[in-house]
Amino acid sequence: MRSLHTPRGWAVFAALAATLLAGVPLLNALPADSALHLPDYLIPLIGKFCCYALVALAMDLIWGYTGILSLGHGAFFALGGYAMGMHLMRAMAGEGVYRSELPDFMVFLNWKELPWFWHGFEHFGFALLMALLLPALLAFVFGWFAFRSRIKGVYFSIITQALTFALMLLFFRNETGFGGNNGLTDFKRLLGFALADPAVKLGLYLLSAATLLGVYLLARAIVRSKFGRVLTAIRDAESRTMFCGYEPLYYKLAVWTLSAVLCGLAGALYVPQVGIINPSEMAPTQSIEMAVWVAVGGRGTLIGAITGAAVVNGLKSWFTAAAPDLWLYALGGLFIGVTLFLPEGLTGLAARLRRRPAPLAEARP
Amino acid sequence: MPILLRLTAAVLLLCAAVGARAADPAVDQALANLAADPKALRASVEALGGARGDPRALAVLEALRDGRLSVAGGEVLMRSADGRVLRARDGAAVAEAGSAFGLTNALRRGLGTAVARQQLLATDPQVRLAAAGALAERPSTEVEGLLRELLATEADARVRKALALALAPLDLDSADKARRLAAIGVLAEDGELAARGLLEPIAQGRDPELAQAARRALSRIGERQWLRDQFGNLFFGLSLGSVLLLAALGLAITFGLMGVINMAHGEMLMIGAYATYVVQGLFRQYLPGAFDWYLLAALPAAFVASALVGAAIERTVLRHLYGRPLETLLATFGISLILIQTVRVIFGAQNVEVANPAWLSGGIEVATNLVLPYNRLATIVFAVLVLAGVWTIFQKTRLGLRVRSVTQNRGMAAAMGIDTRRVDTLTFALGSGVAGLGGVALSQLGNVGPELGQAYIIDSFMVVVLGGVGKLAGAVAGALGLGVVNKLLEPAVGAVLGKIALLGFIILFIQKRPQGLFALKGRAVES
Repeated sequence: MRSLHTPRGWAVFAALAATLLAGVPLLNALPADSALHLPDYLIPLIGKFCCYALVALAMDLIWGYTGILSLGHGAFFALGGYAMGMHLMRAMAGEGVYRSELPDFMVFLNWKELPWFWHGFEHFGFALLMALLLPALLAFVFGWFAFRSRIKGVYFSIITQALTFALMLLFFRNETGFGGNNGLTDFKRLLGFALADPAVKLGLYLLSAATLLGVYLLARAIVRSKFGRVLTAIRDAESRTMFCGYEPLYYKLAVWTLSAVLCGLAGALYVPQVGIINPSEMAPTQSIEMAVWVAVGGRGTLIGAITGAAVVNGLKSWFTAAAPDLWLYALGGLFIGVTLFLPEGLTGLAARLRRRPAPLAEARP
Repeated sequence: MPILLRLTAAVLLLCAAVGARAADPAVDQALANLAADPKALRASVEALGGARGDPRALAVLEALRDGRLSVAGGEVLMRSADGRVLRARDGAAVAEAGSAFGLTNALRRGLGTAVARQQLLATDPQVRLAAAGALAERPSTEVEGLLRELLATEADARVRKALALALAPLDLDSADKARRLAAIGVLAEDGELAARGLLEPIAQGRDPELAQAARRALSRIGERQWLRDQFGNLFFGLSLGSVLLLAALGLAITFGLMGVINMAHGEMLMIGAYATYVVQGLFRQYLPGAFDWYLLAALPAAFVASALVGAAIERTVLRHLYGRPLETLLATFGISLILIQTVRVIFGAQNVEVANPAWLSGGIEVATNLVLPYNRLATIVFAVLVLAGVWTIFQKTRLGLRVRSVTQNRGMAAAMGIDTRRVDTLTFALGSGVAGLGGVALSQLGNVGPELGQAYIIDSFMVVVLGGVGKLAGAVAGALGLGVVNKLLEPAVGAVLGKIALLGFIILFIQKRPQGLFALKGRAVES
């Protein structure tokens, strides 16, 4: 197998890993009056960004490398989140407001026993498995139907949007059994660790960061492999790929399902750090935002996806605190500006700036 | 002393109104008794309930029922709806008001009967009809005699029917079998669902003849109700379909003909609705006399507003993205965010109030429990008109000819001297303008807020995608199909599950019929 990176690439990766895994905890450990001190409340925020970056990687695999724009990835993310949320609800049975074995919202709805689909979630392993399996299953079935009838391009995007919209409506109902509007919240502990404890928050963040780095390597391996090259070929000329003897259905289905699993994983990491999961995560707007992370960073480059997720969400956090009314303008402007002026995103811009001094020296391979 | 003059005029008018009908001495007597001895409420109520041909009786009884009746200075007084205090005897306005009568439950029951009696005797057939309808739901043996007497003399056919229905529950309990059979017959002809509870025990009863009649009556009532439900579902389905059509027609033009994925399409609807709101405000301010007709002025305003925004979007953004549909999708989504936020900044984040003009309020009652609201009827008519207009533009005008030629073969059209870029802008403006017209209709049916468009964008896309791209007829079929199926599913599984089922159905449907809807055929793929 070819090396995943050039030596310089590995150096960048090592620097990123060191910053995320060692730098952030170190800055957090500095005394509070130090100028470089990273306050505790920022740790879950960075952890959240790691989860978003994970989603962006998943999105990049399916959109950047395979050319399929999904506007329904929020559904997979939320499914993973709900699976984890259900475990967290079960883990605090008897400690809710009503001191009942059932989650509070069920007591509120006057339910007498646990619905069948809530069984098993008291085990962490089962919940984690479901967080990966449920998105995979949904993606597989949906993708099977969609790719088999050769739905592609914008039609696929619109259908995925309808999918997440339908799921959102379903989860909004109280009778569906996932807490309706309010979703699942008020979690107490995970595997015996109190979620409010700063050390646990740091641990969860480190877990998210490590997962992000690991998934990055996995994604890198995929796109560098023959499988990844076929994906790119499908993106660029699906018919020709087909005529060369590759069946695009299986390749698309595989990467689509993998992408959904990664989103589920991100959702499962996201929920304990954020402390709530509700149907608004499935709103079509959320899924489109995911697409813009990748678009801003640069489609078809993994590092671009991570950069985009960090930049857009960093901006969002800053705007919603400093100038909430302007955020939608900024986001809308990003959508338009990137599509009009930066089709290759920030990484494309960086590459163009690097190349500019000697444009003639660069020969196309 | 203008106030005194006006008061005197009002009193004279009232006296004239009261005097026009015969005054029943029994009413005068009852009022006098009541004024003399407020404790003798029950006797007075009975006396008033028994009065004939005197409208004062009903007015006094209703005032008593609503706690507007009082006694002061030896006179019975009642507070009218506009807050004035009138002497019950002759309607003269007085300055003071006494303390209101308190009612016991027993008294309230007697009062209800007395009011019902007086309502049955009222001159206005609508009042009589309503009273008979109320009695049919709560049968009362105390008015049985009166009902029978009135049934014999009533001239209005609808009131007579209602009276017979009100009597039927009483007759069902009678000992006379012929009378019971007749009552079952009446219920079979005109009975509502509520009559089932009365008929079911008889259908189970021992008398075979009665039981058979009751069973037949039950099935007649069931059939009638089913038909009515289906008709109602069909109507509301058509209505929803025309809303969807109005929302999606513009999209059928921009997406279907131009291939532009306009995620900001919902905001074109929203702009149309807000244009209606603005026109409404202008009318309220400057033309309050013609307020009822503001909607007609809102139509061109909404069209122009949305069309201008659409043209601006096409000129500044979309023009650079033709042939890159996914990018278009993202960019137009960005535009939609900016438009939503702009409307929030200008009009506030809350919903604004758009009033129905008087001629769109209310509805036609085609049967009991089935009212066809005027605004829904108007939406259907409006959708047909807009569709006819769009069809005319595409088929009968030079612009339509150019649009179709550019759609079919851009290069050839350009070679023939058509300014394709101008045609693009005009087509997009037209599609957006039609969406603006849809917004006017939506403003009459639901809330108008910055997120109005978001609620319709997915449905609109579903309509266009289901109906087939590039065909107006497809959009019509898609919209009406979705609307009617949605409303037929709703009673069975509920609104949300119905919608989810529908989305699932669309995903499955395109499995069966991808041709013409999704994948292009054969060699045309990825030309």
